[in-house]
Amino acid sequence: MSVDTATVRRVARLARIKVSDEEALRMTHELNSILGFVEQLNEVDVTGVEPMTAVVSTRMKKRQDVVTDGDIPERVTGNAPISDDNFFMVPKVVE
Amino acid sequence: MTDLTDLTIAEARDGLKAKRFTATELTEAYIGAVERGRSLNAYVVETPEKARAMARASDERFARGEERPLEGIPLGIKDLFATEGVHTQACSHILDRFKPAYESTVSANLWADGAVMLGKLNMDEFAMGSSNETSHYGPVTNPWRRQGSNATLVPGGSSGGSAAAVAARLCAGATATDTGGSIRQPAAFTGTAGIKPTYGRCSRWGIVAFASSLDQAGPIARDVRDTAILLKSMASVDPKDTTSVDVPVPDYEAAIGQSVKGLKIGVPREYRLDGVPAEIDALWQKGIDILRDAGAEIVDISLPHTKYALPAYYIVAPAEASSNLARYDGVRYGLRVPGDDIVDMYERTRAAGFGEEVKRRILIGTYVLSAGYYDAYYLKAQKVRTLIKRDFEAVYANGIDAILTPATPSAAFAIGEKAGADPVEMYLNDVFTVTVNMAGLPGLAVPAGLSSEGLPLGLQLIGRPFDEETLFRVGSAIEAAVGTFAPAKWW
Repeated sequence: MSVDTATVRRVARLARIKVSDEEALRMTHELNSILGFVEQLNEVDVTGVEPMTAVVSTRMKKRQDVVTDGDIPERVTGNAPISDDNFFMVPKVVE
Repeated sequence: MTDLTDLTIAEARDGLKAKRFTATELTEAYIGAVERGRSLNAYVVETPEKARAMARASDERFARGEERPLEGIPLGIKDLFATEGVHTQACSHILDRFKPAYESTVSANLWADGAVMLGKLNMDEFAMGSSNETSHYGPVTNPWRRQGSNATLVPGGSSGGSAAAVAARLCAGATATDTGGSIRQPAAFTGTAGIKPTYGRCSRWGIVAFASSLDQAGPIARDVRDTAILLKSMASVDPKDTTSVDVPVPDYEAAIGQSVKGLKIGVPREYRLDGVPAEIDALWQKGIDILRDAGAEIVDISLPHTKYALPAYYIVAPAEASSNLARYDGVRYGLRVPGDDIVDMYERTRAAGFGEEVKRRILIGTYVLSAGYYDAYYLKAQKVRTLIKRDFEAVYANGIDAILTPATPSAAFAIGEKAGADPVEMYLNDVFTVTVNMAGLPGLAVPAGLSSEGLPLGLQLIGRPFDEETLFRVGSAIEAAVGTFAPAKWW
């Protein structure tokens, strides 16, 4: 399978990465190189094979549903590029 | 008196205990070495004041006779590990100015055992790369050079800063991480030892995530014993990581020097690849001969799905990365580039903040997970992964104790040498190491000789799940036969 530049633009939009026309063209070549490389998996018969979900078979750990942390909003927002009164600030999203 | 930075961790530990020198003297020696080694670009942040304070605390512990296992040992920390109040950016522009309010479990374990932090080490951006050339902070220079050449070589990646700093004696040992070979390949390129433990052995909590089902932390150090010492402290069972496995951490150091007599060492025929230099094959044969001479039984084995590990990896790893890296949106931390609206802000931030290789992998990952392609790519790759794991299980069920392979298909290459138009060329560096991540197994890279150009070459040992001890045992047998390797100082 291979991708065209329009597909690369659509995927970049899904991934929320702005790409220029020139970048989209270059990335199309690079992505096709990678997709061509992974094509060889078509040789493998995986009929009846379960997908791997864990490398070591273990039971999923469960923890007590209790509060173990909190009341530290200034530490949570401390690394935000823009914050105000311990709120993360974003451009207006609701009219 | 010899230079304190020439001592291994085991030697420094003995010297400190015998009070031949203080933790402060040892730390000062390393702080000086780090300053003089700046041209290698191994460190992205130096923390000398923190190191001095930690060393003083260690000296007080020694005075009271209360020293812990790594008391006063100066280490470098890969920039992927969250260190409280200290630069943690995965060497990416998008995490600009990020200083976590918490400490990763692995680094917290090291400090709890008395280790001293020298600073944060350079790496490929988000651990995506095999040469350390994708770092936002520029490439790392390998302290090794080809005989009679001044060409600048890469230290491998993604833990290139860790490997270079250890080889150049800019730290006694370093933390590293390995998703497809990022501990073992740079260790092989720099004549250092490095182990990727079994998935679930070290907690991933507080380590910037790349591909969560593959990422594992491990140490890089001067010799096999030092990696065993560091892994004992780094490994733990951690309730904060649900994939941390409830298996007690053994005393890995006790395995060093134990006889390999009677062990069955598998040699997989599928690792003999066309186009791999003859000296890699010769090195492999040398490893086989060493272990046979030491009394191990060499067994020809088959791992039939080996060739599919790398293509399957380049679906699984980018898919998980595209999901993990969705969190970098310019809102909660790091870089933010203003836009016309919120989506435009996201798109501009991520376009400016991520480097080319990271973007490439996010796009591949987004594509293979997108509607209509999930089954054809991701699900298929996860099924192939099951087959790769079964290959290993069959071999171990037949009584094989460990598997011996080359660590890399070549010695270190020059900066820019593999920066061509085809990204797959760089990916092939991990052809021998990536199978181990796909199956979740432990893998140890141990230096085994020098190339015709005078560059270090490594062998890889692959073990059963949670049997790192056999790897330390076999690795120390190879090391006992070939010795250790250090670059001639030119920097």
